[in-house]
Amino acid sequence: MKQRLSIIVVEKDRDRAMLIVDGLRDAGDFDVMVIAEETGLARRIAQRNPDLVLIDAGNPSRDVLEELALATAPTERPVAMFVDQSDGSLTKAAIEAGMSAYVVDGLRADRIKPILDAAIARFHMLQKMRIELSETRRALEERKVIDRAKGILMRARGIGEEDAYALLRKTAMDQGRKLAEVAQALVMTADLLK
Amino acid sequence: MSVALRLGYVPLLDAAPLIVAEAMGFAEEEGLHFDLHAAPSWASLRDMLALGQVEAAHMLAPLPVAMALGLGRSPARFEALSVLNLNGNVIGVSLDLAARMRAAGHGFDFADAYTAGRALLAAARTLRIGVPFAFSMHRELLQYWLGALGAEAALLDIRTVPPPLMAQALAAGEIDAFCVGEPWGSVAVETGAGVLLLPAAAIWASAPEKVLATRAGWAEAEPRMAGRLLRALWRAGRWLGDVGNHMVASELLTASGRLAVPSEVIERALSGRLVISADGAERITKGLIRFHGGAAGFPWRSQAAWIGVALARRHGLAVEAASTVAAGVFRADLYRTHLRAAGADLPSASAKLEGALDAPTAVATERGSLILPADRFFDARIFDPSLPVC
Repeated sequence: MKQRLSIIVVEKDRDRAMLIVDGLRDAGDFDVMVIAEETGLARRIAQRNPDLVLIDAGNPSRDVLEELALATAPTERPVAMFVDQSDGSLTKAAIEAGMSAYVVDGLRADRIKPILDAAIARFHMLQKMRIELSETRRALEERKVIDRAKGILMRARGIGEEDAYALLRKTAMDQGRKLAEVAQALVMTADLLK
Repeated sequence: MSVALRLGYVPLLDAAPLIVAEAMGFAEEEGLHFDLHAAPSWASLRDMLALGQVEAAHMLAPLPVAMALGLGRSPARFEALSVLNLNGNVIGVSLDLAARMRAAGHGFDFADAYTAGRALLAAARTLRIGVPFAFSMHRELLQYWLGALGAEAALLDIRTVPPPLMAQALAAGEIDAFCVGEPWGSVAVETGAGVLLLPAAAIWASAPEKVLATRAGWAEAEPRMAGRLLRALWRAGRWLGDVGNHMVASELLTASGRLAVPSEVIERALSGRLVISADGAERITKGLIRFHGGAAGFPWRSQAAWIGVALARRHGLAVEAASTVAAGVFRADLYRTHLRAAGADLPSASAKLEGALDAPTAVATERGSLILPADRFFDARIFDPSLPVC
């Protein structure tokens, strides 16, 4: 059987979807399709009748795929199953990477493995990017709060920027708290007193 | 020094016992620290528990039963150590369907399952109804209700819609109605997407909704841990069952950041005073959701058998065998062992006739008597777990 395997990737974010698709292309010659819409997900997948469905484990629409797996009679396709139960380590690796895979029953494990390995690698990359993005965001947020707190101190006490910053830092050290926490408390208090 | 225990939940009102046990110190009293993990879907939560990423989880009562029957994906065997709550689901319809039902004279009393069901079936030729998961009380109760009223299975399209997307799906015309746990029914009203038709408690007055699920064998391998967990959750349920705590509980659940819904919406469900439509009409339901009282937490084997029989009928399995397998999933024996000393109400029997009580009734317990709440089905049928084929 030399037929190309068809794979559906359920992913709303275009860039992330592209990243996964690229990874799959590198792994072999597959017929890959992306579904971005959550509405009518079950119908779309059933129409396409794929060999494999990949979906972010954090996507609440995963439960829709569970139903798809159940509603189909054993003789029909697609009978979707989670990553083959015989390979526990692969399942575990997929879940740790934040990925769920629904595999058509009867697809041989040796055909699935390279695809999943490629997809898992991409999901790991996505996970790392997500963490980095949220860390950058938090750092930016903290900067903003500290700047506001400095401004409040400068106005209230008639001191310069450096003194205001030194005061915040000293308070944080004395109380054993993070600078951003002290700044946040000050901003919140100032808002209340407005 | 407390021991950390990893627990999974889906952000819903009935995850409250887990959140409250940690926030109010019931876990700490037992020397535990709950490490709570929110799951984005039931499928994820099932996999988290199966793969040992959490030790126990808040779970749809039919899910461990379905897994024991080999339905759907069953990566492991689970068992239910306790019932976290009875009831808590609501049924809502689209604005369009509500308008047609009103035009035909339905009064939206939010109480009578007979008239509501008849009006619903009369107003729509076919019905597309959203439920959170294929194995859920939402689905079982809908099927029981509309089936008893003579709805043809072919005209009912019951499909999965994730609860956070339910209001949206209703507004977009993808579904005509839904059955969902609070606060998502109220969210549909708040966003002007739909009107609430009926509390699911009107279909079965004491339906087991969520259970505390663990991997089969865990509680016996870790008896001390299981006992501490059950006691902490039982005390949290008792606290939640006290009317005087509803406001604090609502605030706490919102403030914990674990349920992203305004506390005011949560309080409506806890107090049983739901706003059913955008014009502000309010309806009061007794027992809309129950966390405690009348042995609410007791995992009756007959409840599991009812679920097993319903699943077996729909999926073409042998009914009697399914009833027996299902009954074994609810571990009434372990509940007794671990909660006896804490002072929980423990009935003498582990199975009962389901649907036999029209009004609160005293029954025998291990130490005296206890009042069981009404548990009737809307059509007055009685389920006898010893005669599952009838």
